[in-house]
Amino acid sequence: MKSVSRYLYTVIMFFVVWVALTGTLRWDELITGAAVSIILALFTFHIFTTEGLKNLTPKRVICGIVYFFPYLIWEMIKANLDVAYRVIHPKRPINPGIVKVKTRMKSDLGKTLVANSITLTPGTFTIDVIGDEMFIHWINVKSQDVEEASKMIPGVFEKCLMKFMD
Amino acid sequence: MVGRIIGDIFLIIGGIFIFLASLGLLRMPDVYNRMQTSTKAVTLGAMSSILGVGIIHPAWLLKCILIMLFILFTNPVSAHAIGRAAYKSGVKLWKGSVCDKYGEHLEDKNE
Repeated sequence: MKSVSRYLYTVIMFFVVWVALTGTLRWDELITGAAVSIILALFTFHIFTTEGLKNLTPKRVICGIVYFFPYLIWEMIKANLDVAYRVIHPKRPINPGIVKVKTRMKSDLGKTLVANSITLTPGTFTIDVIGDEMFIHWINVKSQDVEEASKMIPGVFEKCLMKFMD
Repeated sequence: MVGRIIGDIFLIIGGIFIFLASLGLLRMPDVYNRMQTSTKAVTLGAMSSILGVGIIHPAWLLKCILIMLFILFTNPVSAHAIGRAAYKSGVKLWKGSVCDKYGEHLEDKNE
């Protein structure tokens, strides 16, 4: 049952990408796309996803697009202004170091999203994820304590993601 | 015409961010700080430029958005892989760094 759901999810995602890339809704294109996705998904579904159709529940899709995505873009813009400031400033105000934080996300997908979001946001960049510990290079270390750093770096994203991921 | 102007604005913003990223590559002291500037600025810069192209040519907009999503998902992963590989192959942190919890963790594991 689980692998049927994973297979269907892969087919759907491949088909969506096909339609977006061809950019038409002509029926011959659609049939070719469906055939290609159905065959290709057979070989790739076991590395493509672990959770299957659970990722396409309306709650996840809507929260992801309406809530998480704009927030991520906004944080990225702030991150870029911050980095730009540090690059242009003649004294180069950096105070770098690698800190350890703990994440509360359980699933692999959740951890990946948190790690990616951390890399894209102000002054932080994930070096390694081991279990529920993340090692983060921080361009301006404000706290070396695990608890405090966990609140400052993944905290906001986790709050955001927890609402619809786990 | 309006689309053309908006697209040009996005292209210019993207160009500025990519320029800043390359400046950061020259100015930062070690690999990890360079990854910081290059990953963030290049991700947003590339996304902004591609969106600009998509707005100038509306027929390509859907494809451009797809490319933006791919960049958004894969860029942080590659940055993470490069950073980790650099650490594992023994690239030292800059001497002004304040702490290195990752090194401590690896030492604990080896003992």
